[in-house]
Amino acid sequence: MTESMIRPPIKKLAPVKWMRTHLFSNWFNSLLTLAVGYLLITSVGPLLNWLIFDATFQGSGPDDCVEAGACWLFVKQRLNFFIYGFYPDEFQWRVDIMFALLAAAFVPQFIERFPGRKWLGIFGMTGLPIIGCVLIPGGILGLEEVGSSKWGGLMLTLILAYIGILASLPIGVLLALGRRSDMPVIRGLCVVFIEVWRAVPLITVLFMASVMLPLFLPDGVSFEKLARALIGITLWQSAYMAEVIRGGLQAIPRGQYEAANALGLGYWRKMGLVILPQALKLVIPGIVNTFISLFKDTTLVLIIGLFDILGAVQSTIADPAWQNVAIEGYVFVAFCFWVFCFGISRYSQNLERKLDTGHKT
Amino acid sequence: MIPPGLTVMLFLQGSFSGRGMKKQTIDSRPTGPKPLYDPRVRALFFQVISLAAVFWVGWVLIDNTLSNMQSRGISTGFGFLGESAGFGIIMHLVPYDATMSYGRTFWVGLTNTLLVSAMGIVTATILGFVIGVARLSSNWLVAKVALVYIEIIRNIPLLLQIFFWYFAVLSNLPSPRQSVEVGGALFLNNRGLYLPGPVLQDGFGLVWGAVVLALVAVVGVRVWAKKRQLATGDIFPTFKVSIALLILLPLVAYFIAGRPLEWDLPALKGFNFGGGITLIPELVALWIALSLYTASFIAEIVRSGILSVSQGQTEASKALGLPNGLTLRLVVIPQAMRVIIPPLTSQYLNLVKNSSLATAIGYPDLVAVFMGTTLNQTGQAVEVVAITMAVYLTISLLISLFMNLYNRAVAIKER
Repeated sequence: MTESMIRPPIKKLAPVKWMRTHLFSNWFNSLLTLAVGYLLITSVGPLLNWLIFDATFQGSGPDDCVEAGACWLFVKQRLNFFIYGFYPDEFQWRVDIMFALLAAAFVPQFIERFPGRKWLGIFGMTGLPIIGCVLIPGGILGLEEVGSSKWGGLMLTLILAYIGILASLPIGVLLALGRRSDMPVIRGLCVVFIEVWRAVPLITVLFMASVMLPLFLPDGVSFEKLARALIGITLWQSAYMAEVIRGGLQAIPRGQYEAANALGLGYWRKMGLVILPQALKLVIPGIVNTFISLFKDTTLVLIIGLFDILGAVQSTIADPAWQNVAIEGYVFVAFCFWVFCFGISRYSQNLERKLDTGHKT
Repeated sequence: MIPPGLTVMLFLQGSFSGRGMKKQTIDSRPTGPKPLYDPRVRALFFQVISLAAVFWVGWVLIDNTLSNMQSRGISTGFGFLGESAGFGIIMHLVPYDATMSYGRTFWVGLTNTLLVSAMGIVTATILGFVIGVARLSSNWLVAKVALVYIEIIRNIPLLLQIFFWYFAVLSNLPSPRQSVEVGGALFLNNRGLYLPGPVLQDGFGLVWGAVVLALVAVVGVRVWAKKRQLATGDIFPTFKVSIALLILLPLVAYFIAGRPLEWDLPALKGFNFGGGITLIPELVALWIALSLYTASFIAEIVRSGILSVSQGQTEASKALGLPNGLTLRLVVIPQAMRVIIPPLTSQYLNLVKNSSLATAIGYPDLVAVFMGTTLNQTGQAVEVVAITMAVYLTISLLISLFMNLYNRAVAIKER
C-alpha cells in the first residue's frame, strides 16, 4: 500500500453521541434545543398542512377553494397573467423563446464542466439583449408590435433587472475609472454623481424619473413609462456598480499599473488590456450580489404603476371573485424571487470560493 | 567628475545611436514631449471639456425645465411652502391639522420617517446580533434555524414582505372588539397596536435629576476605577456598579417623589380604542418588515465579524488566564466590532432609505406625504424632489459621519 492511498479516518459519531455533542452539550443547550424543537414541531406541521396537504390544486373557479389550506387554484388560473402581464396570448411564444435563451445562456454557468459555457455567457451579455430588443417589442421583421404598456409579470421583472444590470455595467466602469482618475475635476464630478445617487432611495429616483424627466426634455420628446423607469434604475444602479468596480481596481497591485506604464501603454489600453480584466474578474461576486439586490428592488416599479410580478399579483388579489387569496399570492411571488435570488447567491458564493487565491492583502 | 562606468555607457550609447562620429551633445534633461502629447496639457484639456459638457447639459436641462414649466403654468420658487395644505395626515408626531402649511407637511413626513427608521434600527440590531450569534451556536438545531431564517428572509424583496405583513397579516387581525389582549394593557387588532402610555405627574423632575446624577456617577466611577487599576492592578466591578447606579438612583428618587408616574391604559370606547399609545397598522407592518429584513443582513455581518477574530486570539487570552466572559469582552468583541462597524453602517443607511417604501402601504413618511400628496397638489416637482433628495443625502452623510468617527475610535492603532 502506497502512502498516498492512506486516507485520514472518517470521523463518524453514533447518533446518540452526535446528539449529545451537538444538541445536549450542557443544560443551556438542552433547554434551547427543547424550546426550539417544540416551536418547530408546533409550527411546521400546520404550515405543511396549509401549504400542501389541505391545499386546493384542482378545480375550475373560486368556489372550489373550500378546504382549510391554501388555494393554489388561484395562482394556477392566473399564472399566465403573473408571467406575461397583458402580453397577447398569440404572441407569447416570443417571450417563451427569450425565457429559453436566457436559461440556455445562464443555467450552464452553474455547471462546472459544461463545454463552451464561457461563450454562452458572452452570448447572454451581447446577443441575447439584441434578440430580445427585436422579439419582445416586435414592430420589425414582420412581427406584430406589442407596446410596452402590455408587458408585465415575471417577464417585466426580468427585463427590468437584465437591462438595468447590463446598461449600468459600462457606466459603472467609467464612473469607477473616473473616481480613481488623477484629474481633480473628473474625480470630483464622479464622486458627486456616485454619492448623490447612492444616498437617495430608489423610490425617489423612480418618482423623479416619472415626474421630472418629462420636464427636463424639450417639447415633443417623450419616453414611455417603462423607458423612464429604466433610465432611473440604470443611473441609480450604475452608482452602486461603480463602487463595486472601484473595489476591484483598488485591489490590483500597484506593480500592474507600473508595468503597464513601463510597456508604454496609453491610459485606455492600460486599463482595457491590463487592469480591468483583472479587476472585473475579482469583483464578479460583487457584481452578482448587486444584481441580486437590483432584482429584488425591481418590485418598486409597481409604485409608479408598472405591473411587474408583484404588481400583477397585488392587482389580482383585490379581485372580489377570489376571497382571501392574499397570502397565496404573496407566497407564490416570494417563492419565485427566492428561487432566483438563492440560486444566484449560491453561484456567487461558489465563484468566490473558486476565485479566492488564499492570500489576502 | 563622471564615474568610469557611466562614461562607458555614454560612449556606447553615443556610438550606437549617434550617426558616425558627429559632435555628440549629451543632455541628461528629458526634453518635454510636444504639447499634444504632454499628459498635463491633455489632462487640462479633458477636464475643461468635461466641465464644459456638464455645464452645457445642466444649462439645457434647466432651460428645458423652465420653458416646460412656463408652458404648463407651474410656478417656481419655494413660496408654496407657506400655503395651506388642506389635507389630513393619519399620523403626526408634531402638531398638525389640514389648515397648516405645506412646509408643515414636510416636518410631519420627516419625523415619521425618522421615527420608523429609529425603531427599525434598534430592533434590527438586537435581532441581527442574536441571530448572528445563534448562527455560530454550538447547538446544531439553533444554528440551522438561524441559517434557514437568514436564507429565506434576505432573498425575498422587502416590498413583498411589507405587503405581506400589512395586507395578509395585520388586515386579517380581529376587529377591536375581539382584540388580541396581553395582560389587559396591550391590545392588537386590525386598527393597530395599542400600548399603555406613561403620564408624568408633578415631581417627576426629581427622577430625571436622579438619572442625570446616576450618569455622572457612572462616568466618575469608570474614571476612578481605571486609575485604580493602573495604579494597583485591582479590577473594580465597574459594569455591575454602573448598572446598579443607573437602576437604583432613579428608583429611589421615584419613591421619594411619591411615585409620580401613572399609566394611561388603552380601553375600548365605542367601536375603537382610546387612551394610551397607538401604533397604526401601517407603522407596525413597516417596522416588522424593516426589522426582520435588515436583521437577516446584520446577522451575516455579525457572523463574519466574529469569525474574523482568529482562534489564536481566544487561545492567547485563555493562556493569560482570562475567564470566558472577559475573553469575550476584552479580546473577541473589540476586534470583531472593527470588522462589523463599516458594513453595519451601510445596513443602517439602507434601512433609512428602505423606510421610503412606506408610501406603498400609506404610512405617511417623507416620500408619501411630501413627495406624494404635496407634490401632486402643488405640482412643483423640481423643488419638492430636490428637498426630499437633500434630506436623504443629509441623513446619509450624518450617519456615515458618526459611524466614521466611531470607527476611527475603535480602529487598529498602528504605530
